[in-house]
Amino acid sequence: MFIEAKNLTKQFGGLTAVKDVNFEIEKGKINAIIGPNGAGKSTFFNLVSGSYIPTSGQVIYKGKDITKLPPNKIAELGVARTFQTTNLFEQATVLDNVIVGHRLRTKSNLLDAVLRTKRYKKEEKKCKDKAMEVLDFVGLTNITDQLAGSITQEEKKRVAFALALATDPEVVFLDEPAAGINSGETEGLAELMKKMVKRGITVCLIEHKMQMIMKLADKIMVLNYGEKIAEGSSEEIMNNQDVIEAYLGGDASA
Amino acid sequence: MPAMTKKSIALIVLIIGAMVIPFIIQNEYWLHILTLSFIWSIAVYGLNILAGYTGYLSLAHAGFFAIGAYALGLLTVKAGLNYWVALILACIITSGIGLLIGLVALRTREHFFAIYTLCVGYVIYLVIDKWDSLTGGVRGLIGIPAPSNIGPISFQSAISQYYLILFFLLATVVVMYRIVHSLTGRTFIAIRNSEELAQTIGISTMKNKLTVFVLSTFFAGLAGALYASFIRFIGPDIGYTTIIFDLLTYLLVGGIGTLAGPVVGTILIVSVSQSLQFLQDYRMLIFGPMLTLIIIFYPRGIVGMVSEWKMKWFNKKKKAPAETWKSTYSDSEDVREDKVKEG
Amino acid sequence: MDILTQQLFNGLTIGSVYSLVALGLTLVYGILHIPNFAHGALYMLGAYVTLTSMLLWNFNYWLAIAISIVVVGLLGVLMERLVFNPLKNSPPIHDKIAAIGILLFLEALAQLVWGADYRTMSTPYGEVVNVFGTTLTMQRVLINVGAVIVMILLYFFLKKTFMGSTIIAMAQNRKGAHLVGINTNKVAMLTFLISGGLAAIAASLSAPINLVFPGMGHLVILKAFVIIILGGMGSVPGAILGGYILGFTESLGATYISNDYKDVIAFILLIIILSFKPKGLFSKEGF
Repeated sequence: MFIEAKNLTKQFGGLTAVKDVNFEIEKGKINAIIGPNGAGKSTFFNLVSGSYIPTSGQVIYKGKDITKLPPNKIAELGVARTFQTTNLFEQATVLDNVIVGHRLRTKSNLLDAVLRTKRYKKEEKKCKDKAMEVLDFVGLTNITDQLAGSITQEEKKRVAFALALATDPEVVFLDEPAAGINSGETEGLAELMKKMVKRGITVCLIEHKMQMIMKLADKIMVLNYGEKIAEGSSEEIMNNQDVIEAYLGGDASA
Repeated sequence: MPAMTKKSIALIVLIIGAMVIPFIIQNEYWLHILTLSFIWSIAVYGLNILAGYTGYLSLAHAGFFAIGAYALGLLTVKAGLNYWVALILACIITSGIGLLIGLVALRTREHFFAIYTLCVGYVIYLVIDKWDSLTGGVRGLIGIPAPSNIGPISFQSAISQYYLILFFLLATVVVMYRIVHSLTGRTFIAIRNSEELAQTIGISTMKNKLTVFVLSTFFAGLAGALYASFIRFIGPDIGYTTIIFDLLTYLLVGGIGTLAGPVVGTILIVSVSQSLQFLQDYRMLIFGPMLTLIIIFYPRGIVGMVSEWKMKWFNKKKKAPAETWKSTYSDSEDVREDKVKEG
Repeated sequence: MDILTQQLFNGLTIGSVYSLVALGLTLVYGILHIPNFAHGALYMLGAYVTLTSMLLWNFNYWLAIAISIVVVGLLGVLMERLVFNPLKNSPPIHDKIAAIGILLFLEALAQLVWGADYRTMSTPYGEVVNVFGTTLTMQRVLINVGAVIVMILLYFFLKKTFMGSTIIAMAQNRKGAHLVGINTNKVAMLTFLISGGLAAIAASLSAPINLVFPGMGHLVILKAFVIIILGGMGSVPGAILGGYILGFTESLGATYISNDYKDVIAFILLIIILSFKPKGLFSKEGF
């Protein structure tokens, strides 16, 4: 078992955002979480990727309980994630933005930096090489020297992917990766996700764009009002009565 | 890379310029002012690495400056230690107190951090002011010795003090340059951009924030200690909140989050306010609005302004890109809303 | 026993002033998430405007206070328009620095206009009255009664009027308020108007028992920050309660511990609170 969410529940004050959800993320596949607005997708996502600590329940990653680990420790174990809004340092180049992504695999400290030690030089190069490698992987080698503030929305998404990949992850969580870009660009990102899986990186995403998910995902979970209402392949989901009701009865635009 | 060599040539010219200044301006008063602004610059660099590069506005910085100054003063005057030993100890003491305060203060964020450190700064000031038996209270501490000789080199004259402080300033700049252009510096900047994102790429934010906080107090302490031995007299005022506002003004005018900003802003503001002596009591009439206007219109100060011009000029030369510039900190809520609509 | 009642009454008086200042601060924080460091300068100006109207134009105390409320309130609005509104989308560090800039400017301005001297404000309410065996001046009674009346009025305004409820709505959810058609700009201006007015009232009421000088806002504003952290940033009842708690602690601390260090009490309190609860006493877990 790769990643397993066991009876996850999250309450904010009196509100239950996620209620007793079990879900398994399968290795080497594209896993998706969908649901109408306010269904608790984001909360669930934050729980599994370690940004929130659940009120009750567990997250097991490769047999290890990571429920209470801080996000940086989880990242070290090989779990990476992106955010809906891409927080890049816009006055720096694309390359500069990605280099720090490999920082967690290095050891040099303040003193190394001040004294410019051998270790510092070695690790500095290692991070730069890693950044070039992942930028190549996401197809951005042509803009590595441009300022992050001057690139397109879609390129920013790819930089965010690259940053996540630079941490050497085994699984990448993508928070609405296709939000804010057009359908042609969405295709491109879908291709990139498939490429990631081919490289052996498991993908888990939440997404509003149903068409994309139905074509792309190997496994889908549907949340509604914080509870799991369906799980399965895209065909199973499309024919599931509960899912149809949830979407028709709820927010039709989702 | 012709730009790089151009940059380093400019740097060498600047350093040589700073070296020959004492021979050009024969005026002791201005040499004094320049030396003083070098000392303040060192403190501002400490503030910059924390507030500018890591995004944590510490309003206790003047307090740490005072701790450094008093540590040196007490160790030389009351304990009779050798100046250089006292200087090193003063830096260690300040960083040590910084470590303790940082451990607690850094659990808070943003506004809470600013308010917390403001209160810490005030408590430091009050302790210095009220602990009469140790610090001399409002009467202050007098008779602090100038740096003692190192072999044949003495630091009694104004010129030799100038060079000594210049040396410390250059060392500070080199250290800052190396930190900012390293993985460690990138880590700090990542924390400033988004602490949440930094954590998810595996950065231990607490450890890094503590490192940078201690580093910033180290430079505050160093500057304070140098100040004490340069002015030879210190009072509780040097820890008062007005000092932190002065430091902030220097940093903002020069350019927060830039490497040249602290020294540019400090020298400019210190010398301007010296030329406008009559303004001394009312300098905040000008500096106050300046602080506000700069943060609204030029958030990265003079240095940021210049580099923006340079970039525009450069872009024009190689034909401007059509892409409009989005502000670094665009309202994420609104952006998200747009995306949902498109989706 | 006598000293105790005296000190309790003192604590109540100090607490009333703190509460009024903290209320203005917490309203602004609740709605705009700005820690308005310049609030102390508004407080200071409130005292000066009242003093000047009384000395220069021989206005009656109450009329002078009314003028002060209007002037300082409008200054608050001006601040919002010229400074905080343009900084709406900037990182939080910018708001703080801008607020500090305003604070420095206003203080220097006060020093230029009124000089650095300490001044006293005399009111028609200097006489001493005897209540339950303790002697108090009318002015102190006035501070307490005045503060309570203002708080009640504020409560009714926020709870019972449409304008007031827009402030509450926006404090709870700025975006939501915008979506249901609340003019967020107007509400922001209104909040600064009220905030400034409250500062003016607090300063004008307390000036006769304190002194008026350019730096008079320093300690008060720092303590007001302590109070709203104590009571929960943005919480109205929290500001009132916190103000009185601090008032009592200080006046009792001054009597029974040390008068020299009474001002430190607030900061030590804050340092302790934030050490254990980094997001303040009543923080909610955020979404």
